Amino acid sequence: MTALGRRTLLAGSAAAALPLSHARAQQAATIRIGVLSDMSGPYRDTTGPGSAVLTQQAASEMANRGFTVEVLAADHQNKPDVGANIARQWFDQGVDAIVDVPTSSVALAIAGIAREKNKVFLNSGAATSDLTGAQCSPNTVHWTYDTYMLAKGTGGAVVRSGGDTWFFITADYAFGHALQRDTARFVENAGGRVLGAVRYPFPATTDFSAFVVQAQASGAKVLGMANASTDTVNTIKSAREFGLHRRMKLAALLMGVADVHALGLEQGQGLVLTESFYWNLNDRTRALTARIRPNNQGRPPFMVPAGCYGATLHYLKAVAELGAARAKASGVEAVQRMKAMPTDDDAFGPGRIREDGRKLHPVYLFEVKSPAESSGIWDYYKLVATTPGEDAFRPLAEGGCQLVRS
Amino acid sequence: MASETTAVLRAPVSGAREAYWGFTRPQLAALAILVAILAVGPFFLYPVFLMKLLCFALFACAFNLLIGYVGLLSFGHAAYFGMGGYIAGHAAKVWGLTPELAIIAGGIVAGLQGAVFGWIAIRRQGIYFAMITLALAQMIYFFCVQAPFTGGEDGIQAIPRGSLFGAIPLGQDLTLYWVVAAIFLGGFLLIHRIVHSPFGQVMKAIRENEPRATSLGYRTDDYKLVAFILSATLAGVAGATKSLVFGIATLTDVHWAMSGEVVLMTLVGGLGTVFGPVVGAAVIVTMQNYLAEMGAWVTVIQGGIFVACVLAFRRGIVGEIANLLKVRL
Amino acid sequence: MDDIFGIPAPLLFGQLLLGLINGAFYAMLSLGLAVIFGLLNIINFTHGAQFMMGAFAAWMLLEWAGLNYWWALIIAPIVVGITGIVLERLMISRLYKLDHLYGLLLTFGVGLVIEGIFRNEFGSSGLPYRIPAELQGAWDLGFMFMPIYRGWVVIAALATCLATWLLIEKTRLGAYLRAATENAALVQAFGVNVPRMVTLTYGAGVALAALGGVLAAPIYSVNPQMGSNLIIVVFAVVVIGGMGSILGSVITGFGLGIVEGLTKVFYPEASATVIFVIMAIVLLARPAGLFGRA
Repeated sequence: MTALGRRTLLAGSAAAALPLSHARAQQAATIRIGVLSDMSGPYRDTTGPGSAVLTQQAASEMANRGFTVEVLAADHQNKPDVGANIARQWFDQGVDAIVDVPTSSVALAIAGIAREKNKVFLNSGAATSDLTGAQCSPNTVHWTYDTYMLAKGTGGAVVRSGGDTWFFITADYAFGHALQRDTARFVENAGGRVLGAVRYPFPATTDFSAFVVQAQASGAKVLGMANASTDTVNTIKSAREFGLHRRMKLAALLMGVADVHALGLEQGQGLVLTESFYWNLNDRTRALTARIRPNNQGRPPFMVPAGCYGATLHYLKAVAELGAARAKASGVEAVQRMKAMPTDDDAFGPGRIREDGRKLHPVYLFEVKSPAESSGIWDYYKLVATTPGEDAFRPLAEGGCQLVRS
Repeated sequence: MASETTAVLRAPVSGAREAYWGFTRPQLAALAILVAILAVGPFFLYPVFLMKLLCFALFACAFNLLIGYVGLLSFGHAAYFGMGGYIAGHAAKVWGLTPELAIIAGGIVAGLQGAVFGWIAIRRQGIYFAMITLALAQMIYFFCVQAPFTGGEDGIQAIPRGSLFGAIPLGQDLTLYWVVAAIFLGGFLLIHRIVHSPFGQVMKAIRENEPRATSLGYRTDDYKLVAFILSATLAGVAGATKSLVFGIATLTDVHWAMSGEVVLMTLVGGLGTVFGPVVGAAVIVTMQNYLAEMGAWVTVIQGGIFVACVLAFRRGIVGEIANLLKVRL
Repeated sequence: MDDIFGIPAPLLFGQLLLGLINGAFYAMLSLGLAVIFGLLNIINFTHGAQFMMGAFAAWMLLEWAGLNYWWALIIAPIVVGITGIVLERLMISRLYKLDHLYGLLLTFGVGLVIEGIFRNEFGSSGLPYRIPAELQGAWDLGFMFMPIYRGWVVIAALATCLATWLLIEKTRLGAYLRAATENAALVQAFGVNVPRMVTLTYGAGVALAALGGVLAAPIYSVNPQMGSNLIIVVFAVVVIGGMGSILGSVITGFGLGIVEGLTKVFYPEASATVIFVIMAIVLLARPAGLFGRA
């Protein structure tokens, strides 16, 4: 664990550089950003300390703008009440923006608190598309990904490449249902059919053999796994054990580089999945990776931490334009400015933030390489398809967000 | 458990004459300190943190009623705490009940739950009792994962604090704090009253030697069931209050880890003491808060405290103090 | 012979077979728990963590020492068993004179500590561990493909259960153990070193858990939470089977695996809860468990 678990004070060279003879002799304002993530539980590897590192990176890149930036980090342990308590305390004690927050239940709670206190909430880790839908707020920006993007990215693309009959193995809770429902819709829109689905108890299931056998019996061409992290890994292991992968394509609806690492390329090869960031995608992402590696235990950035980087960078740009004092005073104003400015960063490239708080950027369909194709550790993906940002996310009118004037 | 506490039929420790309302002098002093802390606390500490602490303290006191005075270790108490929270949240948000009615609703439902589960569980003792309560709590957990009204993984969000009795708005943290403090004190004193009543004496007799109590003519199962229901109801009230304070009710509150935490709080504070659960809750909640930044080590430290308490520190903080001062706390 | 209750017969048989295989895991794990409780009156909540340590030991042996699965089957249980012995000597033995429940709380705490430490060290995503080459592939049984590895698990589990049962019921050592639970002082008076026997028995129970872990490593994700997910179910198995009865736990383990398998076919969402429902019912009807002595 790096020392980023504690408060990190970024030495404001800007503050030191203010000439003392300046007429107003203002003290540089301090923008405080809190990284609230899962530092000890199942999502620790995909978010966790990595998010703090990437946020710190964004803060260092925005030094010398007339204000100092302080980055704090804490563990919400995937518990909404722990997260809510930390968020309240942070906001009451001068934190201006909270970043990351994986786990949808915690994210929704934080969004409410940010709205109440007129601060800024830059979500990178959570999947629920409700953050820009029924529960949208003028204080929330939803970066990185959501269930709609995942469903469209994987569902539509797989059908177009021939996988037109699907069987779902779904985690029996809101996230799993949403993922299955959204993906099924895209499958059907693209001309495919859903032959069946089975819901398993979450989070209690470790053995997926029964469900895999049911999938096999269905005769579908594609196995859609509407679950995440360990469950996906276990499902894939079972599927390979029963030889499912020889007759069916395995589509992981939420999976990242860290999970592929946990699975191993031998078991993971051929998997298709959707992400909005991959370290080895282009020169810009590779440049970011090179900057990050020394502070990140030699690892490249993953998707969610990259989102923290992009969101923090853009937020600080908005603060610089608005002036720190105004940005601190009103989260709504800061977010409005963020929506007015087009975004561009090394992680996601050019993009923009919509009225409902949804960040738009290109989305990629990847296939996991075989051990032979990979040049080494972390080199796991080959690019199959790209969806432009404007097409990849739920259309504005369909979300049910009250901020959208119809 | 039985070996560590005084037998109910023996004379109390010297200096422990029941001074007022069932409290001994040292206990009154401790109560005075507690009330003083409650009164000035919000001006020094963050009120929301204090409210969380009070809710858990009440939860731990309710749990202690069962383990400390009746000798039954319930390993599934989160079921009542969490369900109380869900019901109150639903009542406040969807049915629009005022906060005091929502909390009462939470308490009642938890009490009914306690009646059913208690009836099933008390037929066994010791480890079997604990395992049954755990199993029943697991069923509640899975029920909550599935049931639409609980919101599944998202939980019930944006629970309104409303206006107390329809007249006093609770939006301000400080206002809500006084209400929560009142609820806590009320529950705390109620538990104390129960324990120091003839009913409480019988409960203690059952803990010490159930066959003897039965031979004296007491229907021990009925007493155990009533104690169980009371404990569940108060745990439900604690959970209901907590969900109003934070505005959310989630699966964390019905998970078995929460059941483990309340055991830890009571153990650290002192099983079977009056103030133990309060102190224990304070310690654990504070620790979780301050260790939040160290995230990964919280589980290890909590486990370590469990181990240390069981091996060397069985009386808990309050128990040790009481032992040192040779009083009952 | 096409559909039984609306489910195609091949699928049903396939699920039953899978249930049996899962039952083998439950049986193995509950065996260790039953041995420890039945003979030592200790409720070993650390069992899940020890199962997890067995799986991690197998991974470590492969990663750091290049020793493959077959070595791990022997070495991992011994290593983890030794940690169990240390735990018993240092901590658990101090609690024998107290209420059972302190043992429960202590082992619960130790389980948390172990899980937390492993999570810090290894992260929570899990580590890969492959099925050994000799056991890869599947048999085509007509109604389903049965992976050879899973067949091996059933055989290994059955063999271990049988061996343990024989050891306890039919050997002199087993007789001493059983006698010691009835009257330790008397057995000690006969010159048998009871504390040492108790310690070794605890170690053996822990080794059984670790063996389960090694068997699980190739097919379940090797992560620090793998034990705590299983432990509550296994406890339910032991309680249903009767906490003192080894035969009871084994039979219940297999039985429950089958019931769970059937539930997965007809009502999969409930497959996690069914075991607790059964436990509640059994305890109401036969409080000592199906095979227990009250």
